Amino acid sequence: MAFSFPAFSYIIALIVDAFLIFFSIFHVIAFDELKTDYKNPIDQCNSLNPLVLPEYLLHLLINVLFLLSGEWFSLLINIPLILYHLHRYYTRPVMSGPGLYDPTSIMNADVLTVCQREGWIKLAFYLLSFFLYLYGMIVVLIAA
Amino acid sequence: MSNLPPNPYNNFPGPPQVNANTAPPTFNHNQQFGQVPVSQLPPGYGGIKQDPNSNSPLHAPSPAAQNHVLHNVNNYSQSASSSPAFNQPGMMPPPLKQNLQSSPMRPPMSTAPNSLPNPLPPHNVPLSSASPRTVPNANSSPAPYPPSYHPPQRQINDNAPPLIPSSQTTQPLVNGPPSSLPPTGPPQSQYPVSSSAYSSLPGSKPLNSGYGPGLMNTPYAPPPGQVPKPPGSTMPSQPPIPFSGPPVSGPPRNSPLVPGPPVSGPPGGMQGFNGPPPTQGPPRQVGINGPNVSGPSAMPPGPSKPLGQPPPSMGQPPAPMGLVSGPPMGPGAPSPQQYPGQYRNGPQGPPMGPSVQPTGPLGTSTGHMPPPNNFSGPQNPPAGSQMPPMGQQSLPPMGHQMGPPPGPIVQTAPGLKSNMQNRYPQMASAPGNYPNHQAPPIPSLSQQQANIMKQFPQQHLTQQMGQLSVTKQGFDQLWGHHMVDLLQCKHILPEYPEDPPEIKLAHQFADSSNCSPEVFRCTINRIPETNNLLQKSRLPLGILIHPFKDLNHLPVIQCATIVRCRACRTYINPFVYFVDAKRWKCNLCYRVNDLPEEFQYDPVSKSYGDPTRRPEIKSATIEFIAPGEYMLRPPQPAVYLFLFDVSQLARESGYLQVACDTLKANLEALPGDARTQIGIICYDAHVHYYLMSEGLTRPKEMTVLDIDDVFLPSPSSLLVNLSERRELVRELLTVLPSRYSTPAPPSSALGAALQAAYKLMAPTGGRITVFQTCLPNVGPGALQPREDPNARSSKEVAHLNPATDFYKRLALDCSGAQIAVDLFLLNSQYADLASLSGMSKFSAGTVYHIPLFRATRHHQAEQLNRMLTRYLTRKIGFEAVMRVRCTRGISIHTFHGNFFVRSTDLLSLPNVSPDAGFGMQLTIEESLSDLQQVCFQAALLYTSSKGERRIRVHTLALPTASNLTDVLHAADTQCIIGLLSKMAVDRCMSASMSEAREAVMNVAVDALSAFRLAQNLPAGANSSALHAPHSLRLLPLYLLALLKRKAFRTGTSTRLDDRVWDMCNVKVSPLGALVRAVYPDLFPVHQLAHYAHHDDDDDHAPDPPRLQLTAERINSTGAYLLDDGESMILYVCHGVSPAFLSETFGVTAFSQLPDEMRSLPRAASHGSALLHAFIDKLNDDRPYASDILILRDNSPSRTLFTERLVEDRVESAFSYYEFLQHVKNQVK
Repeated sequence: MAFSFPAFSYIIALIVDAFLIFFSIFHVIAFDELKTDYKNPIDQCNSLNPLVLPEYLLHLLINVLFLLSGEWFSLLINIPLILYHLHRYYTRPVMSGPGLYDPTSIMNADVLTVCQREGWIKLAFYLLSFFLYLYGMIVVLIAA
Repeated sequence: MSNLPPNPYNNFPGPPQVNANTAPPTFNHNQQFGQVPVSQLPPGYGGIKQDPNSNSPLHAPSPAAQNHVLHNVNNYSQSASSSPAFNQPGMMPPPLKQNLQSSPMRPPMSTAPNSLPNPLPPHNVPLSSASPRTVPNANSSPAPYPPSYHPPQRQINDNAPPLIPSSQTTQPLVNGPPSSLPPTGPPQSQYPVSSSAYSSLPGSKPLNSGYGPGLMNTPYAPPPGQVPKPPGSTMPSQPPIPFSGPPVSGPPRNSPLVPGPPVSGPPGGMQGFNGPPPTQGPPRQVGINGPNVSGPSAMPPGPSKPLGQPPPSMGQPPAPMGLVSGPPMGPGAPSPQQYPGQYRNGPQGPPMGPSVQPTGPLGTSTGHMPPPNNFSGPQNPPAGSQMPPMGQQSLPPMGHQMGPPPGPIVQTAPGLKSNMQNRYPQMASAPGNYPNHQAPPIPSLSQQQANIMKQFPQQHLTQQMGQLSVTKQGFDQLWGHHMVDLLQCKHILPEYPEDPPEIKLAHQFADSSNCSPEVFRCTINRIPETNNLLQKSRLPLGILIHPFKDLNHLPVIQCATIVRCRACRTYINPFVYFVDAKRWKCNLCYRVNDLPEEFQYDPVSKSYGDPTRRPEIKSATIEFIAPGEYMLRPPQPAVYLFLFDVSQLARESGYLQVACDTLKANLEALPGDARTQIGIICYDAHVHYYLMSEGLTRPKEMTVLDIDDVFLPSPSSLLVNLSERRELVRELLTVLPSRYSTPAPPSSALGAALQAAYKLMAPTGGRITVFQTCLPNVGPGALQPREDPNARSSKEVAHLNPATDFYKRLALDCSGAQIAVDLFLLNSQYADLASLSGMSKFSAGTVYHIPLFRATRHHQAEQLNRMLTRYLTRKIGFEAVMRVRCTRGISIHTFHGNFFVRSTDLLSLPNVSPDAGFGMQLTIEESLSDLQQVCFQAALLYTSSKGERRIRVHTLALPTASNLTDVLHAADTQCIIGLLSKMAVDRCMSASMSEAREAVMNVAVDALSAFRLAQNLPAGANSSALHAPHSLRLLPLYLLALLKRKAFRTGTSTRLDDRVWDMCNVKVSPLGALVRAVYPDLFPVHQLAHYAHHDDDDDHAPDPPRLQLTAERINSTGAYLLDDGESMILYVCHGVSPAFLSETFGVTAFSQLPDEMRSLPRAASHGSALLHAFIDKLNDDRPYASDILILRDNSPSRTLFTERLVEDRVESAFSYYEFLQHVKNQVK
């Protein structure tokens, strides 16, 4: 049972995906707190903004691995999310620091619902892809 | 006005009795504000006290009445954390980052002056130095205030205890330095310029490089010394007129009204009304007395017309045109010349309903084919703004239009061309529906009619019909369900401002006082029950609040416990349910709460047991003096810091002299108590501080060269106590202008100065006032010029968003430290207001803007002076938060205004000013169908300038509506415009200008489509009429005007800064000012004497009607005053009578008038006095008096006036009629 590069990619992807799941759970909780008045939007944005780029980069990392190892199906599934991330970051509000969330506009009900929905959808996506990577890893390992 | 077509409607000052019935505007404060008339309470009233500095000159309470209820609430030693309410959201001021327990005085900071890296040698400012300049308009202008003038106690409502009792209210608005000031002397010789700071002197930037001619601003007329009268109260109430014309039971077919059953309405409204007679049905079916729904199916403005007047135009042939025939609306009766319009209107109306005769589908042809038995149905004009009150006396006087006596109907008016009865449509069966215009014509209707005539005795029938129509008409009035054909009535603007639509609450609360519409207003006065219904109506749902408005009667209450709902923390209000004497049910969350024992005490009767007599229950606007648990820290003192730009452009503009003089004149009037602190910082390429510490005999300047990392040289002596250092401050303000009169580097380090100001103020909070004249181009927050002067009139506007978030972040920091930043932008070139405005937007500040400012332009200096005087002396609330609570099921979607949103319903307002308005968009999240009413409560917790913590609570209750018709008829057009304009600004920022404009246009289409759907009218493209509910009839007009505003117009060259400033203004203006700015008032002023009230003692001001903004209404023999709130333009046409010229301007011929005048001369003539009284009256309800500009109709800058005629077609923009056509074609 050789330990191939695709298998390595999947293992890394599994670990990274676990982190991504945590990120999105945090995201959902943070916006829920905002909605229920528990947190000040400035503080909340200050805690959320530093996490945006790491999340995007981690997600990009596993896709680079998939690309290098030729796991086209897994890559294909992730491409829409990459595009969404790119779009999201290009259309972010004018900010000097990294991040997406602007404390002055985040309390707008539309923005809040969009962000919350985004969090839930990403959570679902990462969970599903976790099992996909698990399956992919097993398939790769067995095939080897 | 040679270029304007002569207009038959311009001879409009009709006979004087036109206004005979318009009662002099009376304003009942108590009724208007729904507040407890405090002054009527006995002096021993324990729980309530009248605001000592309240504006009301009428209700000034005796000091004795207040004193024993005034308690000291400045409980500085109160520990915040020990309070029981500490964790209640909404009760607390925003948490402060530092020094929560600190004393109000700032703690000393450790930075010492001698530790400066490269401090400049401090220059001593000699005491005797002063400005060589004289204030441009110090006291030399033609007596802006007569010596005997006592400024009215208006606008300033400082309701803190009278520590400085009358300084604010009686402070004369003197422009120049007070006479007590030291005489000005030679300047610079004693004041060496700091050499190191100014060693390099690069050439200054060219001025006015990309800017066009200066704006026209004029000195203004003084505010009048009258009791302020809120706008809208000028609406005279129509006295009910006994019906004396041809009787109601006259010929029935004259009635243009729908005799259907009432659609729906408040149950309480039925009293005194007999209900529809039982015989409505049959006549409808035979079409004899069917309702005429054609277009204006509303009341004629009849009651105000002389009733006995013979029909002036019975025999007139119909006019060949269709659009200008609508008589002007409103309670003021149209002059006789306009009567023909009504009649012409009739025949040209589109055919409505079953047509007796095949007169063709279009009304234009019907008028020429008088049917033999047709009656001269007056096509009634759209409803006047003022409906006569219901009741027998106010039955619609149809007779005055129907000259012929009731008799054989068929022969009454053979010569008349109108065919009212043709248009009687079949009645729709369902109540709530208007007759269907699409009902097929019944060809044999006239025969049927004849049969019916035979069957019924004519008189009987006549009587029945008359009653029917009157009944229906009455019902229509009662429910406000009128319909207007927009295409038919072109003169749709009411001549006198209308009261906002009345709110009719359910029976139980019918008598409860609701919040004044000037404070709290909703776009729809009956909230749709479901979100689905709201979507169907396609109206924006939102509320506009003006929470800190200066009020005349504000009940102030001090009590140990403020009664609030335990669940949602709602304050007790007039709309709660009392379950029994001991418990109350919250009207927002429906929790049942206990009443504290002391609430049983009625302070008026000094008896126990009836909680409904408490002022909290009687008044929807109330102010509490908050006990200690509402404080996180001791109330902060008033702290004011002024930042003056002294870069090259600033020095050239000369604003510093005006600003310093104004500030100096108003030092005493600054709101505050003994702890008030003040500081001044100047900045150009460096930051200059002024030390005024103890021991110094003159202010000491310290310049910090390092602008990338600013620090405070000596924090404790930069902000000084005003009362202790008044002379030093005065001295500094005297020398500053001359100190900065020499050339300087053309760079402005605004960012660094703001950072320094933040550091200085952070421990206490307060207000930073920034005067900026150019683009900040060095140090942190430096900006690049972005505007492309060639793209000023392009379709798409770029750079509406900030270039950097520096100012926003700074504002957020300031907001956290309870600092507000106000910006006075006096630029002569592009200064990127889009970026700069962030500092005010998010710190609850205000942006003021005078484009192309030059102090040498007299009127601009005057304007700055007025602006600044108002700004400095108005009431101010510090460390404020505002929470808006809604009935469960409704939530706030978006906020509009200047603030920082701290949570879903909480706004953080470091400062709150009486001139700031707010808007909120609402969403309906749950069905409200089981509710009778929906309530909104805005609670503003603030620290007054006297260091008192206060809570001002406004509560608004609105009924709900379950069907679309009710929703549409309850719309409040002005409020919709207010909210829409704010939404459009957001859309411009987030999407694009064209998208925002598109959206604004679609609002009219959507609303009218919804109405078409509700009424089952034909689609716009298939119909010749465009029907709108009476409530929304002004919507297209206002929308069109909105699109032509500076903020949203395209195709006309508009400087980016002006546009952005207009957007800022839209976001923060209170509704009244906003509507006036969108659709300015145009008054004819050449015959003011016709409108003067001779009988009234208090109010000498004439009251001319408003005109629509179209060149059609401009007569070449007239003079017109256009008032948009910011400025007034007096437009004198060439044919105006020499008498007017000599009376008003003191010139004998038109040609002697200059091209532009900036002030209105005061002549000792009646006409001049009237005009001044009128202008003063207009100025009465705004923060500061408007500019006035007098233009001849052939002067080169007359476009300033003509561009405001928004109903006319201009290049690349619709005229009103085109806009209506556009809307009509889109209505689906």
